[in-house]
Amino acid sequence: MKTALRYLRPFARRVCCGAAIKFTAAVLELVLPLLLAHIIDVCVPAGDLEAIWRTGGLMMVMACGAALCNVTANRMAAWVSMEVTRDLRGDLYSRVERLSCAQMDRFSISSLVSRLTNDTYHVHQMFDKVQRGGIRAPMLVLGGLVLTFFRAPALGLVQLVVCSLTFFTIWLVTRRGIPYYVKAQTAVDTVVRIIRENTSGVRVIKALACQERERARFQEANGDARLTEEAAGCVMAAANPITDFLLNSGLVLVVLAGAMLVNAGRMDVGQIVAFLSYFTLIQNATLGMAKIFVKISKGVASLRRIEEILQAPDDQLVRPSEERSEAELGMDDVSFSYLGVEKNLDSASFSLQKGEMLGILGPIGSGKTTLVSLLLRLYDADEGVVWVGGRDAASLSREDLRGRFGVVFQNEALLNDTIYENISFLRGLSREDVIAAAKTAQAWEFIETLPEGLDTRVDIRGANLSGGQRQRLLIARALAAKPGILVLDSADSALDYRTAAALYGAIHRDCPGVTLVVISERIASLREADRILVLEDGKITDQGSHSQLLARCARYRRMTELQMGGANG
Amino acid sequence: MKKSLLRRLARFLRPYGARLVLLVILMVASNLLALTAPMLSGWAVDAVGTEAGSVDFAGVLRNAGGMLACYACSSALNYIIASQLIKVGQGVSHDLRKAAFDRMSELPVEYFDTHPAGDLISRICYDVDTVNATISSDFLQLSTSALTVVGSFLMLLILSPWLTCVFFVTVPLSALLTRFQMKRIHPLFRLRSKELGALNGFAEERVGRQRAIRTYGVEAADLRQFEAYNDGASRAYYEADRASAALGPSVNFINNVSLAAISMFGALMYLNGALTLGSLSSFVLYSRKFSGPIREAANLLSELQASAAAAERVMDLLDEQPEAGDAPGAVPAEDLRGDITFDHVDFGYDPARPVLRDFTAHIPAGSLAAVVGPTGAGKTTLVSLLLRFYEPQGGSITIDGVPVGQYSRDGLRRRLALVLQDTWLFGGTIAENIAYGTEGATREQIVEAAKAARIHRFVNSLPEGYDTVLTDEGAGISKGQRQLLTIARCLLTDADIVILDEATSNVDTETEGEISLALENLRRGRTCFVIAHRLATIRNADCILVLDQGGVAECGTHETLLAEDGIYAKLYAAQWTDFTEI
Repeated sequence: MKTALRYLRPFARRVCCGAAIKFTAAVLELVLPLLLAHIIDVCVPAGDLEAIWRTGGLMMVMACGAALCNVTANRMAAWVSMEVTRDLRGDLYSRVERLSCAQMDRFSISSLVSRLTNDTYHVHQMFDKVQRGGIRAPMLVLGGLVLTFFRAPALGLVQLVVCSLTFFTIWLVTRRGIPYYVKAQTAVDTVVRIIRENTSGVRVIKALACQERERARFQEANGDARLTEEAAGCVMAAANPITDFLLNSGLVLVVLAGAMLVNAGRMDVGQIVAFLSYFTLIQNATLGMAKIFVKISKGVASLRRIEEILQAPDDQLVRPSEERSEAELGMDDVSFSYLGVEKNLDSASFSLQKGEMLGILGPIGSGKTTLVSLLLRLYDADEGVVWVGGRDAASLSREDLRGRFGVVFQNEALLNDTIYENISFLRGLSREDVIAAAKTAQAWEFIETLPEGLDTRVDIRGANLSGGQRQRLLIARALAAKPGILVLDSADSALDYRTAAALYGAIHRDCPGVTLVVISERIASLREADRILVLEDGKITDQGSHSQLLARCARYRRMTELQMGGANG
Repeated sequence: MKKSLLRRLARFLRPYGARLVLLVILMVASNLLALTAPMLSGWAVDAVGTEAGSVDFAGVLRNAGGMLACYACSSALNYIIASQLIKVGQGVSHDLRKAAFDRMSELPVEYFDTHPAGDLISRICYDVDTVNATISSDFLQLSTSALTVVGSFLMLLILSPWLTCVFFVTVPLSALLTRFQMKRIHPLFRLRSKELGALNGFAEERVGRQRAIRTYGVEAADLRQFEAYNDGASRAYYEADRASAALGPSVNFINNVSLAAISMFGALMYLNGALTLGSLSSFVLYSRKFSGPIREAANLLSELQASAAAAERVMDLLDEQPEAGDAPGAVPAEDLRGDITFDHVDFGYDPARPVLRDFTAHIPAGSLAAVVGPTGAGKTTLVSLLLRFYEPQGGSITIDGVPVGQYSRDGLRRRLALVLQDTWLFGGTIAENIAYGTEGATREQIVEAAKAARIHRFVNSLPEGYDTVLTDEGAGISKGQRQLLTIARCLLTDADIVILDEATSNVDTETEGEISLALENLRRGRTCFVIAHRLATIRNADCILVLDQGGVAECGTHETLLAEDGIYAKLYAAQWTDFTEI
């Protein structure tokens, strides 16, 4: 709730202004029946034709005023809700951008997507509905209360008790509804997840003829969403009947209290009648309130889910350090574990000079990608120091650290945008730079054959390109800003050997002085490296150049022999 | 357009028709109770009398008790109605989501290449939710209002048909005004749903690309793009709101004007002796009762608009053309021998840019065929055509002499064991992911497959072993591990044809050697179709097809192709070329 107020504050003037206008409209509309009564009770019996016209005309004017006020207030409310939601959504997205990878893993992408979309939508609805409909009903109830206090303090007292009880119930029910809606929103996360999975995995699902199974999986989540929403709705559905009953039993109490007062000669029976009719009128206004309560609990539940992200603690702070190293890239006794169970990287040490090339080789799950992730400080090492540009990676600012790298990750997907934008990747690079990078990445030859060249649109996840074409675009992206350090994590897996060889040759030719880190399953891609790390179970078992390793590392030799297929290399 | 939308929505409401009718009856009952209470209160007031000290307390208590009972019953009924309506609303949304998802799962693969997941999410979650809100809360209010309006209108007619003429002018006037405004507003609401979908599409894609965005340090530019979508969606939302802000008040305005007119005309009629004072005051009271619900309902109009626009988007999804169904008399595809023929096949994703041109090849049953060629030569396209993701534009593909189009689609796909380039994992346990596509695989079989695929040790290293639940489609699981899991999945299936598309491209040579035995077992007695770059893995193929320029450039065994000294020989040699020499 505090967040809601914080975001509303800049618009406080407008909100108050809107509320005042809404208030005016409500007053105008309340006066209308009074004027009506005036015509019938006063003017008509008196036969005062002129007064009838005058009052009637006044009613028309007031009706006009009420309509204008309502339109203006509604528009102001819509504007404020839009602004607030936009700010909130923008801040949420910007916070998501700053979440660490560990935090992203914990929240999960589906949940973040659902919070950015569904939850901000519910918050929008809440702001809108509360501003539009949240003024009239409480105002009428309170106004009625004040009026009765003036006319008959004793009856007013009865009503005061009843009203406070009513507001208390509303508060209770709404509060009880919130956790139910949090649960319901979490169920929606699952629905979102399954839809996402079904779009990204459509080929596999269809190839395995598993649509039936996916439908069943979705049905489960769908049923769950239904049940949790139902539970939440049923809690909230209690609000209106309970408040109705409370307000109505207030009327009963008024009759009883009134009877006693009349009996004691302290009140006129006419006052009871007037009071009853007045309060029936007020009750009509509470008809639409139930929906506002639902919007509030839903909105607050969503707001909590959003706050969870906004208030996630900043991790991976910059830790100033004066230590320096000779190495452009390196590690000193670095250990790291994703889950804290098994070390994914175990006391890794190496160092690389500027302009050198590092190769990383190792079986699946040996920690190759982990090592690269630590160099980029996507995760923080549990122990040891990671050196980048001669400084502790943890002491570099985000921009300073990551600005040095060009990276191709495995499992990376392209954007649903033009080829140019996929290479330039939001950096606004010149077309010359993009073309040069595409040439080095061996991508230019196929881009050139496309009818729209660089401006060809890439389908979602690059579906209209082959695996090798996608990989080459990603490599071009990594090269385009001429980074000091280039990291290629299995970037050649979908390339044929000839293309791969041409690619590495071009990188050496076109990017002089670049520090290159290559993870590959192919010895052919690694053997030019100044230093090759052989990883196994998170440990660097050996490191050296191709010839050194060939001479002393049995495993390396075996790999080479297997790949060269017995032919001499 | 509008009518058909309603009619189509009615399909989803029909299963709940009986319940809705019952609920309307309950609403009438609850309204009657609510109307009885004021009568009782009148009697209670009568029992109070006007004289001090002479109050008939027994009468007051009796009537007050009656009031209380009425209110209690009415509230209880209202709770039942409201909660039942929520169930109906949820039921309808559930059915809508199901229908939307079912349709989605029938759509051809191209659909997903051009329609962002976020937009689908937006349709299935947000748009359905908007429809739901109308059913579960607005329906109650509208029905109650309708009852009161009709009732009071009848009373008005009885009291004074002449004075009611005022409403004969104002009611159609507000209806016209509403219609006029709705026409203008409807496209705005459609735009609002669409823009929200676009925002969701963007967010869904970009949140999934955060790692790259961070690494390149382009958060600011990314945020700017997001803000543009955010602006667009917010603005569209506001524009619709702004335009519809006049909807409720304008109806109310006419409503209020008619009240004023009635009081004036009524007064005139009274003065001319056409109406008694009692009738006039009753008339005014009823006209207030008549217009009250209308004013509340008028405020709902904009929400109904939003619902209509949202429902349209859901219906649009339901209208998408699904994959063509099986041909009549489709062959069920059982026990295929696996004799595959590509006969003069032409195909291009964009027909103007053919990928395969006059592609002809024959793979005899039980043989191991390897496909090699430069990237982008159309190797994966062959697999897509075999799987019937796309239909060839010319020529035909037959299996055992039967065109693939004549097999039942799912039947055919079940006879294929696949490792695709797409190493997709879903948010279930590892065991579920391995057993995906194989009904009723036991834990032992799963573990055995995982062992054969050399992924058992990795799975065991996870905190919960085979029961570890994957998040974000297996984030944190490397491509190589994914490939091994997919191979384990493939080993479990009992198929006639094996397709391996770059199955081990991210697997290290040693592991590859270790699983080769398992793959060999899988291949035994089956036709096998292998795409690979590491040529060492396909040296023992019965037939190597070298693809170039959309057709078969060379074909033969490893030895004959080397001897030919063509493209294959060059590709093979490239494996040991020193790249600095190029």
